[in-house]
Amino acid sequence: MYNPFSLRGKTILITGASSGIGRSTAVECSRLGARCVITGRNAERLQQTMDALVGEGHLQVIADLAITEEIDSLVSGIPAIDGLVNNAGVGFNKPISFVSQSDLERVFQANTFAPMLLTKAILRKKKLNKQGSIVFTSSVSAFGSNYGRSVYGASKSAIMAYMHYCARELAEKQIRVNAVHPAMTETPLIYSGTLTEEDRQKDMAQYPLKRYAKPEEIAYAIIYLLSDAASWTTGTSLIVDGGLSLL
Amino acid sequence: MELNEFVAHFAEQFDETDASVFTPETVFHELDEWSSLIGLSVIAMVDEEYGIALKGDDVKSSVTIEDLFNKVKARA
Repeated sequence: MYNPFSLRGKTILITGASSGIGRSTAVECSRLGARCVITGRNAERLQQTMDALVGEGHLQVIADLAITEEIDSLVSGIPAIDGLVNNAGVGFNKPISFVSQSDLERVFQANTFAPMLLTKAILRKKKLNKQGSIVFTSSVSAFGSNYGRSVYGASKSAIMAYMHYCARELAEKQIRVNAVHPAMTETPLIYSGTLTEEDRQKDMAQYPLKRYAKPEEIAYAIIYLLSDAASWTTGTSLIVDGGLSLL
Repeated sequence: MELNEFVAHFAEQFDETDASVFTPETVFHELDEWSSLIGLSVIAMVDEEYGIALKGDDVKSSVTIEDLFNKVKARA
């Protein structure tokens, strides 16, 4: 069947696959024929993602990407890949005047340094095939403004800048590098604390499409960038935000 | 953990409302200056001062400052 978005024959590594956008991306990649290598920190939840994958040959590796040795052993243990989805990340919501050095270190470690170091390790060990695709899960917060999101937004903006440099440098190898920038998505990350249900309802109402994203709606954007349909797309930020940035 | 100290920390999150307005019985959601940003600041203050991670719902369901103090105290 004709489908330029098919991932058949491709092996895709997805980080943060134990929940949210990462899990959905893994499931949708498997439905489009990819062989998935999924990674996350939580064994039980990663297994749930594994169980939800369609088809055969998928691998799961438990790894904490905050630890360089775990990045190295992850990369050593996987087959060559055609796509890398740097998706794992943490949320953070605190007014500027309360931000501590340890907050900065924790958020930048997860959202910025870990994907940079994983990308480096994959390239150094030559695990990404020619014509490969790297996708970063950035955020609309990279373009900044909502209060409480200064550190999160800066970490996601940094990874967007890194994406640009990767796109330029890796074009030599015909490797494409892009980012998706979701707005609020129905994942555990947005239920982790500071917002009440009332806050969420009020926030949702301001979106032109009047709701938050479903995780698969972000996954489809990631899949476009992984697929051969995007073979002339590199260095791009794909904003998937229900119209939020129109405001 | 002392109530008056908690009220003082709570009051520090406000710029316009005079410190004398704040007592343990203050119904803080009704203050003109109350906003979700101040709510976020209160959560961050409790984390910094008392090492306790409140949820947005803890703030929402508290009527007076003392109500919130009691939630923090119960988890200390």
